[in-house]
Amino acid sequence: MSLSAYLLRLGDDRLILGHRLSEWCGHGPILEEDIALANIALDLIGQANLLLELAGKEEGQGRTADALAYFREAVEFRNALMMELPRGDFAFTTTRQFLVSVFEVLHLERLQASKHHDLAGMAAKAFKETRYHARHSVDWMLKLGDGTAESHDRAQAALDELWRFTAELFESDDIERQIVAEGIAVDREALRAPWLAEITRVLTAATLKLPDGGFMQRGGREGRHTEHLGHLLAEMQIVARSYPGAEW
Amino acid sequence: MSNNTPDTEWPLWEVFIQPKPGAPHEHCGSVHAVDAEQALLNARDVYARRNEGIHLWVVPTQSITGSTPDDVGPFFDPANDKAYRHPQFYKTPKGVKVY
Repeated sequence: MSLSAYLLRLGDDRLILGHRLSEWCGHGPILEEDIALANIALDLIGQANLLLELAGKEEGQGRTADALAYFREAVEFRNALMMELPRGDFAFTTTRQFLVSVFEVLHLERLQASKHHDLAGMAAKAFKETRYHARHSVDWMLKLGDGTAESHDRAQAALDELWRFTAELFESDDIERQIVAEGIAVDREALRAPWLAEITRVLTAATLKLPDGGFMQRGGREGRHTEHLGHLLAEMQIVARSYPGAEW
Repeated sequence: MSNNTPDTEWPLWEVFIQPKPGAPHEHCGSVHAVDAEQALLNARDVYARRNEGIHLWVVPTQSITGSTPDDVGPFFDPANDKAYRHPQFYKTPKGVKVY
């Protein structure tokens, strides 16, 4: 039970962030970046597919990845709040991708050693993809932060806005601590120090200022979401719900 | 030389991909980018996402010097009637593996 809950968190993070990124398709600042964003979105949705399939299997009630993606309500989603925030401008999307990708590289690197065979396999595949996502977003943080006055201000504003959603990435609970002890999951709290070190390194090079701690938002892991998730799901789920069982 | 490219456009880079170890890099297209790292990343995203190769080169388009259409005559026509420049008149010795 705790394993399927954990898999749902990992899967929902990727599904929701992947959907947010896919909204850029056809709207990227240049053709090359449009393709890059769509590539990353597809990587994330591919990872979500594997994780939700596993979550359904562990849950044992016959729910497929599609059933979990398209036929759950907002309160049943377990993604971190950061993933569901509207895509904002390009600086906001890039900054979020940077904060998440750096976290996920550290996370997936360790998850490859999971005692759960399928989860370790997913992590090995996703680790390679995510290293690229991180490189792509780090390059953009440097260019936006150390670019024009406007790009710098937009990146700093995005960072200041997103910062209060970062603590949730490292939040753990009894469900996770149990499977961490079993050697299946990764201890998120242990990722905080290396994450902060890498974030600080890049922000310094990008002439951006690390935000102060301050109040931190949480609640996504228990299904308490922002108003934005419902709107996202309405769009993401409408075809599957209008034509249940449809195939093409 | 006339230049119709607006100067807000990012510089162009030519992309070369090596399909497999030992094979030559082949030109596959071009991307816009402001520096080499971004050119490499864009090349990866545009030209190497369907398992096309194992190595990429990106070269600023400006760094490439090409022959012009006017060069076609003096550059290439003289080769037309010099079949002896091809190696097919030589017999391959026995025991030599033909590739």
